[in-house]
Amino acid sequence: MSNSTADLAGSRPSRAGQADAAPRPRGGRVGSPGGGYKHPLNIRIFGRNPLGWLFSAPYLVFVIAIFAYPLGFAVYMSFYDYFFAAPGAQVNRPFVGLDNYAQVFTDPDVLQSFGNVGVFLVINVPLTVVLSLVLASALNAVVHFRAFLRVSYYVPYVTASVAVVGVWLFLFSSHGLVNQILGPLAPHPSWLSNEVLAMPVIALFVTWKQLGFYILLYLAALQNVPKELYESAATDGAGKVRSFFSVTVPGVRPATVLVLLLSTVIGANLFTEPYLLTGGGGPNGASASPVLVMYQQGIEQGHPGYAAAIGIVLVVFVLIIAFLQNRFAGGRD
Amino acid sequence: MTAQELAGGRPEASAPRTGRRGPARRTGTELSRGQAVLRGVVLTIGAIVFLFPFYYMVIGSLQTEPDTTVAGAFPNPANLTGENYVAINSRINLLSGLVNSGIFTGGVLLCTVVFGVLAGYSLAVLQWRGRGVTFALALLVQVVPFQLLLIPLYVLIARNYGLADNYLGMILPFAINSTAVIIFRQYFLQVPKELFDAARIDGAGELRLLWRVALPLVRPALVTVVLLTFIGPWNEFLWPFLITKEASMQPLAVSLANYISNVASSTANPFGATLAGAVVLAAPVVILFIVFQRYFIATDIGSGVKG
Repeated sequence: MSNSTADLAGSRPSRAGQADAAPRPRGGRVGSPGGGYKHPLNIRIFGRNPLGWLFSAPYLVFVIAIFAYPLGFAVYMSFYDYFFAAPGAQVNRPFVGLDNYAQVFTDPDVLQSFGNVGVFLVINVPLTVVLSLVLASALNAVVHFRAFLRVSYYVPYVTASVAVVGVWLFLFSSHGLVNQILGPLAPHPSWLSNEVLAMPVIALFVTWKQLGFYILLYLAALQNVPKELYESAATDGAGKVRSFFSVTVPGVRPATVLVLLLSTVIGANLFTEPYLLTGGGGPNGASASPVLVMYQQGIEQGHPGYAAAIGIVLVVFVLIIAFLQNRFAGGRD
Repeated sequence: MTAQELAGGRPEASAPRTGRRGPARRTGTELSRGQAVLRGVVLTIGAIVFLFPFYYMVIGSLQTEPDTTVAGAFPNPANLTGENYVAINSRINLLSGLVNSGIFTGGVLLCTVVFGVLAGYSLAVLQWRGRGVTFALALLVQVVPFQLLLIPLYVLIARNYGLADNYLGMILPFAINSTAVIIFRQYFLQVPKELFDAARIDGAGELRLLWRVALPLVRPALVTVVLLTFIGPWNEFLWPFLITKEASMQPLAVSLANYISNVASSTANPFGATLAGAVVLAAPVVILFIVFQRYFIATDIGSGVKG
């Protein structure tokens, strides 16, 4: 019964691997004992182009070594009183259960840093969404100087934080240009050494620095809003402002969800700005971010297990916020 | 391609808006004069807000005495000097910082381009088991927050493998940019299948096919990926800061940051020297970006992030 197929398979073994269009043999023949048609073993395991597996292998190894394994390691570490030891040394690191997590919720420094990043997100995220959508829409409609405007909006995004932090320190120092312009209105103590103003200035800095990237995302999304919608809105008598809210805003909703998610994730990662702009989270920890506390606890003071627990709690909070954003901004359509 | 359209100013889309001909057509979608002026004002204010700090960076780096008055924002021949560049170079070795940044960035670029092209090609063109899972992983990896990996990566790379103060240790966590993998995949998907089939019938192996047929067709993707990947490690601060304690191994971003946080107060004109270092750190990226800006395009990168 299977002779003909066996012949077929045997007569052109080299074609089996790339017979894209050829009809595949039915399941019944594959299991037949008389040497019926079978894909060679390597094809059954790896698929029709085993080379694909080989080509992707370096990337897969990278993902496992740099993402998957450290992720598991972070969770493991957070349940232990983990400490640094010389490589290869046998040390006993005691299992402490949820102690690290309990400490996260009672440590005033950690709680303050979570509050700080909350202030940061409340200022940074809405400002980012509104400004990048408005600027992207304006940029999308403009005819002249388009390339120049695009470049000027992206430049802060492509420049190192460390470099632009230097200028902001200069601008916002107590005798800096901003205070010179404000004159008697300048705040005391000055911006970056003021407990109330330090975090908002950092939030403004990050908004300014990252805005170009979100403008880029919105520009891509605006290309997908059908032109006919604007025309029919105009026919119905909608003005420019009205059609912005009724056509543009709903039209770019997927991009808005993405911008919300990315700006929240990037905001929760805040480290460089408080470390440099306010000299390590000052004044009195008013601008310390959770990642800064993780650095201090995990690496400076040698409690990586505790720092890993802070990181996991932070990520859980970010996931909750992202879920809520998706729920309320994403719509269910 | 949409990418080219966007970069080229989309003449066909913008032509009706200037609308000199046919005043009755599409009056509703046109802006009134006042609205157009308002849009111009918003865009111009935006451009000034984005560009002024860079202008001020250059001006400040050239001042003998830091002049924070409003007049100081304009170049004053009596107050111009190159001394700050000499001062910062005597504190942090600018050349070795640039070389370290270059090696760090170059290593990441090399790994990303070589392994990213291979992975992108296999995800787009080849049929193999696990392809869907690998693609899903590439998307997922982009939303894993770095703060979660920070501590375990430090323990593994700096402590267990002893790769602190080592280029390999710096490069490893960034070695293959997942966004690049997805951008490459996106471009390879656009290459017509028939081209590959024809070359296979002619007996070309997959590697040869990739090198001779596919790669030349996706050259724009190569430039986009190089640009996008370049800004990551060149600007990265946290990771190299954790892993390099030896000044001779530090990338420029790290040594400049250490200068800002530690030694700036002990210098005659700390702002001038800091800004001079900032100009040196910012210049390569900004120049590269301005030259190749038309490759830094919404649609490519948008698809890379969204998948």
